[in-house]
Amino acid sequence: MAEPATTPNPAPGSDHEVVRELYARFGDNALTFQATRDGLPTVWVARSQLVDVLRYLRNLPRPYVMLYDLSAVDERLRNLREGQPASDFTVFYHLLSLERNSDVRIKVALAEGDLSIPTVRDIWPNADWYEREVFDLFGIHFQGHPHLFRLLMPRYWKGHPLRKDYPARATEFDPFILDIARQDEAQEALRFNPEEWGMKRSARDEDYMFLNLGPNHPSAHGAFRIILQLDGEEIVDCVPDIGYHHRGAEKMAERQSWHSYIPYTDRIDYLGGVMNNLPYVLAVEKLAGIEVPDRVKVIRVMMAEMFRITSHLLFLGTFIVDVGAITPIFFAFTDRQKAYDVIEAITGFRMHPAWYRIGGVAQDLPNGWDKLVRTFVDWLPKRLDDYEKAGLRNGILRSRTVGVAQYNTKEALEWGVTGPGLRATGVNYDLRKARPYSGYENFEFDVPVYHNGDAYDRCMVRINEMRQSLRIIRQCLDNMPAGPYKADHPLTCPPPKERTLQDIETLITHFLSVTWGPVIPAGEACQMIEATKGINSYYLFSDRSTMSYRTRIRTPSFPHLQQIPSVIRGSMVPDLIAYLASIDFVMADVDR
Amino acid sequence: MMDWLTDETLAIIIAVLKSVVILLGVVMVAAFLIFVERRLLALWQDRYGPNRVGPFGLAQLIADMMKMFFKEDWTPPFADKLLFWIAPAIAVSGLLMSFCVVPITPTWGVADLDIGLLFFLAMAGLSVYAVMFAGWASNSKYALLGAVRSTAQTLTYEVFMGLSLLGVVAVAGTFNLREIVEAQKDMWFVIPQFIGFITFFVAGVAVAHRAPFDQPEAEQELAAGFFTEYSGLKWGMFFVGEYVGVVVVSALLTVLFFGGWYGPFLDAAPWLAFFYFAAKTAFFIMLFILLRGALPRPRYDHMMAAGWKVMLPLTLINLLVTGAVVLMRTPPVAL
Repeated sequence: MAEPATTPNPAPGSDHEVVRELYARFGDNALTFQATRDGLPTVWVARSQLVDVLRYLRNLPRPYVMLYDLSAVDERLRNLREGQPASDFTVFYHLLSLERNSDVRIKVALAEGDLSIPTVRDIWPNADWYEREVFDLFGIHFQGHPHLFRLLMPRYWKGHPLRKDYPARATEFDPFILDIARQDEAQEALRFNPEEWGMKRSARDEDYMFLNLGPNHPSAHGAFRIILQLDGEEIVDCVPDIGYHHRGAEKMAERQSWHSYIPYTDRIDYLGGVMNNLPYVLAVEKLAGIEVPDRVKVIRVMMAEMFRITSHLLFLGTFIVDVGAITPIFFAFTDRQKAYDVIEAITGFRMHPAWYRIGGVAQDLPNGWDKLVRTFVDWLPKRLDDYEKAGLRNGILRSRTVGVAQYNTKEALEWGVTGPGLRATGVNYDLRKARPYSGYENFEFDVPVYHNGDAYDRCMVRINEMRQSLRIIRQCLDNMPAGPYKADHPLTCPPPKERTLQDIETLITHFLSVTWGPVIPAGEACQMIEATKGINSYYLFSDRSTMSYRTRIRTPSFPHLQQIPSVIRGSMVPDLIAYLASIDFVMADVDR
Repeated sequence: MMDWLTDETLAIIIAVLKSVVILLGVVMVAAFLIFVERRLLALWQDRYGPNRVGPFGLAQLIADMMKMFFKEDWTPPFADKLLFWIAPAIAVSGLLMSFCVVPITPTWGVADLDIGLLFFLAMAGLSVYAVMFAGWASNSKYALLGAVRSTAQTLTYEVFMGLSLLGVVAVAGTFNLREIVEAQKDMWFVIPQFIGFITFFVAGVAVAHRAPFDQPEAEQELAAGFFTEYSGLKWGMFFVGEYVGVVVVSALLTVLFFGGWYGPFLDAAPWLAFFYFAAKTAFFIMLFILLRGALPRPRYDHMMAAGWKVMLPLTLINLLVTGAVVLMRTPPVAL
């Protein structure tokens, strides 16, 4: 009974262009707008309309080209969800548009007795693994998905770990005993069955060899398995298999205080160090409404860029090793050591400092930090030139990588590729420029872009990114603001202590905040950053508790591995090795 | 009494003793290269390498050997036992045999075969069986891929390796290696036969399965290639066999192109002959190690393409030109 009013009350969310477009196409009643702490337009749609809505968004003028993330949340124990439709399990789709430089989040409510939803694989191919992950961890069925097997857990696993009724601690299970029968079951579950993936064992003139590359292989960069269907040394098809490094980081987040989860983030992209802390603490600060001082922003940027350099140096060394030249990696490790000398002096730790805090960093910079940092930024540029001259201009290396494992921008976007892998196809999209966070808008730097989209260009992007990171660090060095290293806010961690011994209320608050941890206001917030390997984000759900209700970690390496078969079909085994090296993934970042 | 000790038997005994000394020398040098390579690579890679056992880490070899001897020598149950056992023996002995035609000094050397060079080529050809047997008998996919690569590569480099040496044969007029050295008294063959030298060097690296032509055992691609399934002493034999290959090829480069034992002041001090031979050989051995430290590995089909499309025509042209020059210089025969 909507009477046209004289002063029409705009439907909620109408200040977002995409929401207006959705209203115009599907009508006000079909959609429910949800306000979130991150300001990202979030719209609930009915399951029956999901595919239409997503297809519409994919085909809009200035389309949402990338399925950036897809996951779910078990809402059954959530108390504070005012204004949201009733739901037992919610599946959410996070879509990204480069042309708009903005996102939209679509949510679908599911009832516990009817956990099925149509697949969107034919709109974005990278929905494949995301849907398998949701099936695996939540038990939600995706109708029409041809390979709806478990992705992270072993095939024989019972239960769906990210459900709220699934225990999170080992003590809640029976003791684990590995007997022969169980071992056989586990091994049998790993047997590869080509027919299951629509592969033939032989063609008219040849039999195919199925080669198990990994989970232990010198060039698999961790516990990663990829099964190759080979005709000679030509890869006819392949199936990547992940989950060997799965530690349940998202589940652990539901049993750790907001503060004590920070060290777990370090171990997601284990080469990224404090770079991993950044999206997490930024997302928590959004929920808590904390604005950090300028000095904190600059310190965070400086340390994050230090880790970008150490990660890229490791990439560079292993990349060259994987095409057969064994020497440069030793030089790269020498350089990393010099970077770690600086990192260690500042944070007190090397690879996993867990050094950022909610509302600040753990300590102020030590005396003499500037001298250390300056020594490093003066040292590295000449070495980078050496690597480029001695390593990357080598004719054999070029013949191994130029034109190898090539993909174009369209393919990159539909597979969810971000970071250097995307910028090597000619797209200038770096979140530090496109959506500055933590004060990146105040720095001068360029975004290296290459155009061939092959293994060689992915390497060149990274080597030039190191040069830009050095530029950023130098600016931090010259313009470090004075001031506190932590925000003056009751929810920072550890909380302010100055007045605790002067009045009892402050003392009690401080005591509770230290023992239980801060209670973060209810709401949802997502923070994306340009991490070492692509775009990394934390999407946090708070139910006004000392712990996160749900923590979704979107990592860049996950879609990058999913893309492998589409790129490498028809190439040779050595090309696959060069390709794997050029992706620059770590399995902890894939499996979480 | 000692009447059986005629000059003849004495000569035989001395020859046998010399052979044993040379054999042990080559094997020792090859084994010692394990240490040399690790230290040299470390030097070039800005690190220390093995420097703990003994002075300068010299006793590292003993430690390595003991480890290798006492490791479990495991034969996979799915392997073809006989071939699996024969392969490492061929790997060591094939190229080791060919060292017997190498003249070390004017007085030292095992055999002066008139077909010395052909004997080397034959032995180098046989050594591919080590890789093929190992790859086939292991009954493992990685080993098989390594063996297939090796076989394909062998077909490529064997052809131009033989042709690259024919220039030397044409100029010297003999297959006998001692006579080839003596023909270089005034000028080393590397000068007239520079193309021959380059092509033989490339082929030699491939014969020894050394980087950058180590595709059959490319660690980054095939784990350990054809010897993935080997362990303990049998694996060690492949390992030492590779270094024997390096020593033999280096010695042949010295003998065929760099004048063998020749060098200045040889008339005044004949003992310098061994020094010259050893120094030149050591130079090439180190060059092999430097190559491994410096170069990436080409794809094996790129390597084969280069073999057929560049190396083979190059050796043929070299042979044609050499033949023409030799014919021009030969005084016409009166009919």
